[in-house]
Amino acid sequence: MDKYDIVIGLEIHAQLRTESKMFCTCDNYSVGAGPNKNTCPICLGMPGMLPVPNKKAIEWTYLLGMALGAKVAEKFCFERKNYFYPDLPKAYQITSSTMPPIIGGSVEIDDNDVLKKIRINHVHLEEDAGKLIHPKIGEYSLVDLNRAGTPLLEIVTEPDLRSPREARIFVQDLRSILRYLGISDANMEQGNLRCDANISLKPQGQKELGTKVEVKNMNSFKMIERALEHEVKRQEEILSENKKIVQETRGWDDAKGKTLGQRSKEEANDYRYFPEPDIPSIEPNKDNSIDLKEIKNWLPELPKEKRIRFETEYSLSKQDADNLTSDLDLARYFEQTLAEIPQVAGNDEIKKQKAKKLANWLITELLAKLNGQGISILDCKIKHQNFAVLIEKIDSGKISGKIAKEIFSEMFVSGRGVEEIIKEKGLSLISDEKEIETIIRAVISENTASVQDYKSGKEKAFGYLVGQVMAKTKGQANPQIVNKLLKEFLDKE
Amino acid sequence: MTENTIIKLNKKIVQNEGSPVRLYQQVLKKIDNIEDSLNAFVTITPKEGLAQARESEKRAKEGKLKSKLDGIPVGIKDVFCTRHIRTTASSKMLDDFTPAYDATVVKKLKDAGIAIVGKNNCDAWAHGASTENSDYGVTKNPWDLTRVSGGSSGGSAAAVAAEECIFSIGSDTGGSIRQPAAFCGVVGLKPTYGRVSRYGLIAMGSSLDCVGPITNTTEDAALVMETIAGRDEKDATTVEIEVPKYTEKIQNSIRGKKIGWVKEFFQMGVDKDITEAIEKAKKIFEILGAKFVEVELPYAKYGIPTYYIIQTAEVSSNLGRYDGIKYGFNAKNSDNLIEHYFKSRDEGFGAEAKRRIMLGTFVLSAGYYDAYYNKAMKVRTLIKKDFNKALDKVDVILSPVTPTTAFKIGEKSQDPLQMYLADVFTASINLAGNPSLSLPCGFDKNRLPIGMQIIGKHFDEESVLNFGYQYEKATEKEIWRQYKPVTS
Repeated sequence: MDKYDIVIGLEIHAQLRTESKMFCTCDNYSVGAGPNKNTCPICLGMPGMLPVPNKKAIEWTYLLGMALGAKVAEKFCFERKNYFYPDLPKAYQITSSTMPPIIGGSVEIDDNDVLKKIRINHVHLEEDAGKLIHPKIGEYSLVDLNRAGTPLLEIVTEPDLRSPREARIFVQDLRSILRYLGISDANMEQGNLRCDANISLKPQGQKELGTKVEVKNMNSFKMIERALEHEVKRQEEILSENKKIVQETRGWDDAKGKTLGQRSKEEANDYRYFPEPDIPSIEPNKDNSIDLKEIKNWLPELPKEKRIRFETEYSLSKQDADNLTSDLDLARYFEQTLAEIPQVAGNDEIKKQKAKKLANWLITELLAKLNGQGISILDCKIKHQNFAVLIEKIDSGKISGKIAKEIFSEMFVSGRGVEEIIKEKGLSLISDEKEIETIIRAVISENTASVQDYKSGKEKAFGYLVGQVMAKTKGQANPQIVNKLLKEFLDKE
Repeated sequence: MTENTIIKLNKKIVQNEGSPVRLYQQVLKKIDNIEDSLNAFVTITPKEGLAQARESEKRAKEGKLKSKLDGIPVGIKDVFCTRHIRTTASSKMLDDFTPAYDATVVKKLKDAGIAIVGKNNCDAWAHGASTENSDYGVTKNPWDLTRVSGGSSGGSAAAVAAEECIFSIGSDTGGSIRQPAAFCGVVGLKPTYGRVSRYGLIAMGSSLDCVGPITNTTEDAALVMETIAGRDEKDATTVEIEVPKYTEKIQNSIRGKKIGWVKEFFQMGVDKDITEAIEKAKKIFEILGAKFVEVELPYAKYGIPTYYIIQTAEVSSNLGRYDGIKYGFNAKNSDNLIEHYFKSRDEGFGAEAKRRIMLGTFVLSAGYYDAYYNKAMKVRTLIKKDFNKALDKVDVILSPVTPTTAFKIGEKSQDPLQMYLADVFTASINLAGNPSLSLPCGFDKNRLPIGMQIIGKHFDEESVLNFGYQYEKATEKEIWRQYKPVTS
């Protein structure tokens, strides 16, 4: 089979989490609202109604532009995209792709330590459509316009992506940026982040691009990678048989694991775009109501900046820093918990030590539990202060790793404090040497064979004897003391 | 001149000589007598109007009138949404449509205390220059019932001329306030685009639509503008510019001021009687101390083609929402979605709406956009510059409103192009966005009213009203001011 270069460009839609919709004052948050409850004459497209643009949505568009290092257009124009569909009440969508607010910019992705700049073509602002519901029984469809008029950003990349994996990483990075900016929930499963891909193949080294296919309906990061991998295979097969790729839109069917043709180029709509006469064009440098300097002040520390800071400030590995900063809320949880550990303030060395331990706990224990149960870090019941206490108890040898995990599990479920759990479950560590000596004596007398083994040089036997002591104390003996005393006893004998 | 001006009626109400309820009943009686032959309303609202008049009467007695419009009976063109009152746009498509909201202009008038008489007939969707496109029948001209009242705000102009209401609110996209006002011998103001909110106006050409009053006198127009003009948060194209006290400003002398005169206008097939009437008006302005300056509007001749590209483009998009899904006409027995769209729109829209949808769809289509829509937008900019340049030299421009006086019913309805040319002097002003006042300046040999228009700078309604009012005062005693419509 010939070798092909893969060329992918993405169109990503992100719903903005503004309080009100794009062109009316309806609540932008419809979860739990009955069908068509979150609507008004404007978003229902009633006669005589006019759109008034949401200032916050425009400001957030500029904010994203700044985060992407893009150019703010001197002038941007809303326009109408005309087509008929029952989920589009005005029979046109107000969008802004012809004279978009944001031009250019880029996101640097990191694929296994290979850095690559993915250029953005432009970002434009538009409104979302409603939803159609097709009941299984009955020959009718229902229209729910709660979502109609939700502000939507469309982020269009240049065809810079070279593999399905890069595409997936790009969308993940973009999601982090959107969340860091606080402008979108950017959740693919909930549909407030959606991704369409244009993908084509060309013989390796060839300059001209091949015929592209648009792939839709990829509703998770996994799906992006799977769908595009499938599409690469499909196109490779066609090309290697010397057949031509048909320019078309294909939908990913996750259950079937393949893309299916939806409509060809010939069937494509003529959307008859023209400037939206109901909304004056926006010139941010002239228009007094938009303050670009003020918006620039809103720019937070972005994911990449935070990751680099975590690596230097806390001496974390790149992998750990990446894990912690991929989710802004997790990064916040980490830093707030760390600040609760008393010795950290003013001592960089201790801070780095504690940070490493905390990072391990968060990444291996907490994330596993959260992901396992599908809970967001924001809903985590463990208070920062309690997590800090737990880390302290482990560090000072007051509890063993095993007990710590038990306490952690209980904290995760109930959100109760460390001391409270230790007291209730009798989990405090036995550090009293006399008490431990009594147990060691008993173990030695009950395991004479193992004691002989140890004396004849079998190091393994020592571990076995430690295990016996720990078993007798139900894991509550301080392991360091057990080690020390057992060695003394055996060497004495 | 009629006694039924807002200014005069208000004085009577204030002095408790006139009763809003009695006034409203007089209007209803007039409607009883002549509406069958005139057909100036699609819907008459005596229940709502009488209730409002009674409230006004109470306020009048307590000396707590809300405004000078309090208790005045008003007609509203049926393209403005009125809460809980059927609003049809004179189209079968919206025959059963009752909005849950008021247009901003209606709300402002209600807040000022008006009593609503009903919804005035017009061409369906405001498409036309004669009201012959109404699905509710033509509105006849009160001066000659065999003639049209003009359009699209024909019902508004006829109702005011026939005293079925004291004033009406119309919309003007290419001449729809000014032309019927001229045909019916009343005053009509098309304000600057952005001066009066379009919120609740059923859109025709969104970048051209203007909301304005149709009244008996310029002073009344000035008074209504004080109430309806101004920035509206619900219409992003309205502008934050202070609304002057027009009724005071119009009292100023026009001595030493300059009026632009466009020679070419009178070489564009204007009736002899109209030219003569406007030349007479010119003399009166000169007596009042104004100076005439010749100005040129070289691109104005492209006004009609440019207008019919931009307007139809916007119409084709604005009428998309009438698809038989959510409200309005809903075709029966469709087998699928596409068929339902086709049937609902085919049966619900009339010939003129379909013509404009097709034209507009064509000029926006891929491959034709640059040749038509885009080019028209460029010419529009040139026309705008034309007017700005001319108005740099003068305060206002005087021009005919129409090439002819009111034409016979049926005379042009079979020839859309002839009908479109009725807008030849008005449409380019909508493209430019300037304010323009249409007011009577005499009668032709058939004793049909002749109108002239005074065009002003952007947001300078003050000047056009000032010139109009001073002209009106100077011609108060003219014999033609005594003429009465056949409906009186």
